[in-house]
This record gives sequence, structure tokens and C-alpha cells, in this order.
Amino acid sequence: MKKYPYTEKKDTRSGFGAGLLELGRSNPDVVALCADLTGSLKMDAFEKEFPNRFFQIGIAEANMMGIAAGMTIGGKIPFTGTFANFSTGRVYDQIRQSIAYSGKNVKICASHAGITLGEDGATHQILEDIGMMRMLPGMVVINTCDFNQTKAATLAIAKHQGPVYLRFGRPVVPNFTPADLPFEIGKSILLNEGSDVTIFATGHLVWKALEACEILEAKGISAEIINIHTIKPLDEEAVLRSVRKTGCAVSAEEHQANGGLGDAIAQVFTRNHPAPLEYVAVNDSFGESGTPEQLMKKYGLEAENLVLAAEKAIKRKKPEFTHS
Amino acid sequence: MRTIDELKKIASQVRRDIIRQVNGANSGHPGGSLGCADFLVGLYFGILNHRPDKFSMDGKSEDLFFLSNGHISPLWYSVLARSGYFDVKELSTFRLINTRLQGHPATHENLPGIRVASGSLGQGMSVAIGAAITKKLNGENTLVYCLCGDGEMEEGQVWEAAMYAGAKKTDNLIVTVDVNNQQIDGSIEQVMPYGDLRPKFESFGWDVLQMEGNDMQDVIKTLTEAKSRTGKNKPVMILMKTIMGQGVDFMMHTHKWHGVAPNAEQTKTALAQLEETLGDF
Repeated sequence: MKKYPYTEKKDTRSGFGAGLLELGRSNPDVVALCADLTGSLKMDAFEKEFPNRFFQIGIAEANMMGIAAGMTIGGKIPFTGTFANFSTGRVYDQIRQSIAYSGKNVKICASHAGITLGEDGATHQILEDIGMMRMLPGMVVINTCDFNQTKAATLAIAKHQGPVYLRFGRPVVPNFTPADLPFEIGKSILLNEGSDVTIFATGHLVWKALEACEILEAKGISAEIINIHTIKPLDEEAVLRSVRKTGCAVSAEEHQANGGLGDAIAQVFTRNHPAPLEYVAVNDSFGESGTPEQLMKKYGLEAENLVLAAEKAIKRKKPEFTHS
Repeated sequence: MRTIDELKKIASQVRRDIIRQVNGANSGHPGGSLGCADFLVGLYFGILNHRPDKFSMDGKSEDLFFLSNGHISPLWYSVLARSGYFDVKELSTFRLINTRLQGHPATHENLPGIRVASGSLGQGMSVAIGAAITKKLNGENTLVYCLCGDGEMEEGQVWEAAMYAGAKKTDNLIVTVDVNNQQIDGSIEQVMPYGDLRPKFESFGWDVLQMEGNDMQDVIKTLTEAKSRTGKNKPVMILMKTIMGQGVDFMMHTHKWHGVAPNAEQTKTALAQLEETLGDF
């Protein structure tokens, strides 16, 4: 399989912070709003360099979403920053009415998504945000996999006209995406070509998919790995091209099985090319306290889980679905 | 500058438009719309620096208005049409299929004059603050206006916004609260007696004025006074006393006409009380 060497592990939220700072320097219309989590969101560098374009809203996320919507009127490009839980579930109606329905150019940037938030526990570990956000008409939904991709995505969404949900996280993960790779919204990245099964992965599960690919290779199974960084609009063409070749798939996400990437892919399969799909996701359960590593293991989001799911998907293949 | 009498004549026609729209759609919210008619006519025809013939979403170099209590849309649509944002004939499409005049105001159908959707309550003040901040960032000295309902003050987001605007000195913002003391389930006292609004907003750092919202003279006087108080490190609030259903005797002093359409006979009775001054749509 193709190798993805990396020199260091970094957190995706720092990629957001670095991207935001660069945007501050390159685009005077970019403004940033934060609900009392400036350090956690790595927005402090932007705040320091552009104090007049940084807005401390306090612990008032509903107001933050409304202010962001209003700031677009007159040409500003607001980036809101808080935890994913407070960026979505807490303010769903504000996003729905004042941002999505009103077609406002707001970038909702959400850190600490999923169970890798760790010890703070289930109150903060949102696993439903992708589902909620992708149901909103016109909303772009992005879940990045490493520092470099998060930075590139942050730069890219400023150029997109319309509301965007950008989801990233807290833990350090291998930073393997080339720093100079531009981010294309809605365009998936083929990380490894394979023929037996496709793993569609998003966010922190992309690296796990690459690990799984290596294990599968040792077992003589050829896995195609695709990084679905944009869940909406989904790269349907790439999804179908791959499944037509491999005949079965696994979806991988740090999110509920309900409503997430797996469901988005299942919809494409059902409408165009029915094929076995195994979900690696959290199964209708809340998270809990623990280290990110412990939680990923307990909730079945490790490379080994992807391997098992891939083998199961292959077993479910019917002859007419296979390529050869 | 229009005289008070001219403004009153426009308000009478706007009230007719409200009744006729709501009757035509057999749904909508006449009570609050009638109550706020004098205010919105006074604002749009006497105070606001705006460009009805050249609507742009960004609204640069002009004053902006946001309606937070979006259910009084028939009032806003009438005022927008009578100001020249779109043809008054379009008022006949209110709430009908394929209309730009949605039940609650929306940008989705590109109706000129509207810059954000409202209807789910409590959100407009936040949006107005955001627009006011952008005006400052863009170096404008134009103003942002917002209208909220007094029932709407029960929404938590209103107090997040009140806190922010006071603390961060959003002083190019004038928010009016329609104090008609009515909400769907009864009077404010019956549903949620939240006490005096003035000290609440004052303690958050607002400059608070009182206004008789059904007295055109006082509307113009108070709005002019409010304008003169902007730019002084405080957001400005007008507590506007109105009578729900003002102008139509059987709709006044009750919450019963909050969201109910008059039938043909009631419409006839109502219109008989409102002079047609500019021609019906």
C-alpha cells in the first residue's frame, strides 16, 4: 500500500488556529467570534494580531450565531469558534433560521467533536453533530483528519459563499496530509487504491483506516481508502466509482451511526448501486469519561474494528456485485 | 419630510393592507401588526435613511431594520411595498403557495427589504447587533434598528443579546420593544410576569426611552430623540406602549386576535373603520 510518512503528531484544532491566523493576514473581511474558549479553539493568535476583528461573545452561543449572521450583512466573513456540542445542538434553531435558511456566509468552526474530547465525558462529546448539520439545506459539512488538512480547509471555506460547518478535534494525531495540498470542498481524496473493499473514512478515523489497510494487506486483502473530508456535498462520483470496483464498503467516523457519514453513503448506494456497507461508528450510545485512546477502543473505533468490518463486508458481497 | 397627518394617512392604508392580507390568506397575525403600524410607518416614512428602489443585501451606507417578532409580517410587507421595495399588488399573494411573502419573513425567495429570516423568536436582536458591528467595522455612521415583541422578552437569547450590546457598547443600535402586554396564551401578567423591562435593560448598560406607540407625533419625536442618543457608548432601547389590534375596535385590548384571521363580515367591519388613503392593493 501507499505509505504516508509523518514527522509529528498535531491536533486538528491547531490547524484551524493556524489557518485562521493566515486568513486574518490575507483577507480583511474575515472576523472571528468566540464563546469563551479562545485557548481551546487556538484562536488566541488571531485575537492577538487582529484585536479589532476578534469578538469575545462570552458564554452565549445562541447570541454568537445571531451576531455572526448579522455580521455577514455588509460583507464580513464570520468564523465562530466553540466546542462542537455548543456549535450545533445548543444553537440548532439559531443556525437553522438566522444562518442556513437565511443563506448567511457564516463559518461554524467546531472543536472537541466526538469521544476523543476524552475525560470531560458525554455532556461535551457530541456524536450527533454531523447528522444535524447535514440535514440543513445548503449547509456544507466538513470533518478534517489532521493538522494540515484542517488548516487547508479553514482557508478554503473562506472562499466558499454560504454556510459551512467545519468539525475538528482535540487530540494529537499523525499529521500526514501534505502541507501544500489545496483543500477542495466536496472532492474526496483517494489515499490507497484497492480492489476488495472500500473504506470511506472521515476525521480522526482516516488515520485508523490507513492502519487498517496495512493489517488487511498482510492478510491478503486489498483495501481502497478514501478520505471523505466533505460529508456534504458528498463526492458521490468517487463513492460510486469505488464501490463499483470493490463491491462493498465500510464507513468510518467518530459519530453516531445514525445520521452520519455512513448514512450519507448508504443513501448513495441505495439510490444508485446497492452494495454491502458496514458501519464503524458509535451505535446509538452516549460516550463517557476516559482517555481518548481508551474511549476509541471501548467504542469500537480502532483499526482492528475496521479490519473486522471490512472482512464482514467482503463476506456479504454477492457474486454479481464483484468486479471480476 | 412628511407631516404627521401624512404619516397617519399612510398608517391607515397600511392597516387596511394588514386586514386584507390576513383575510385573503385566511391566516396570519393581525393583532400585533395593527398595534405596531404607527411605529413602522413612522420609522420607514419619517426616520429611516434607506434606498427602497435599490435594495441590496449588504445595505451599505443606509440604515437597516430587522423585525425580530416576525409574525407581524403583514405589517412589514405592507410598509415595504408602500415604501417602494416591491409592487403593492404582490400583497395579494401573502401566505399563498409560491409567494415571496412567506408566513414569516424570509430571504429565501429574495423579497426586497428583508435581510434575515425571523419567526422563531428571540433571534433578531443578535442579528441586529451583528449588522451594527459590521457597520462600525466598515466605518459607517448609519444606524441599525430592530423591533421585538414583549412576549419575545421571555426568550433567553434576548438577554444574551442585551448583555452583549450593553457590555460592548453597541451604540449604533436602536431596539424597540412592542409593549402591548399580550401574548398567545393571555396577558404577560398571566403567562410570565417578568417585571419592569426598564431597569433590566438599564442595568445591562442601555439608554432606555418610553414611547406612546400609537401616537404618531410621539413616535416621530421619540425616534428622533433615540437617534440623537446613538454614538454615546450605549445601545438605545425604546419601550413602546401599544394596543394590540389598534384601529379595529373589536380586535383591541385582547390577545384573541394575535394569530386569527377575520372572516368576510369581520373584514368588512374592520375596513369600515380604516380610511382608504392610498388605494387598496
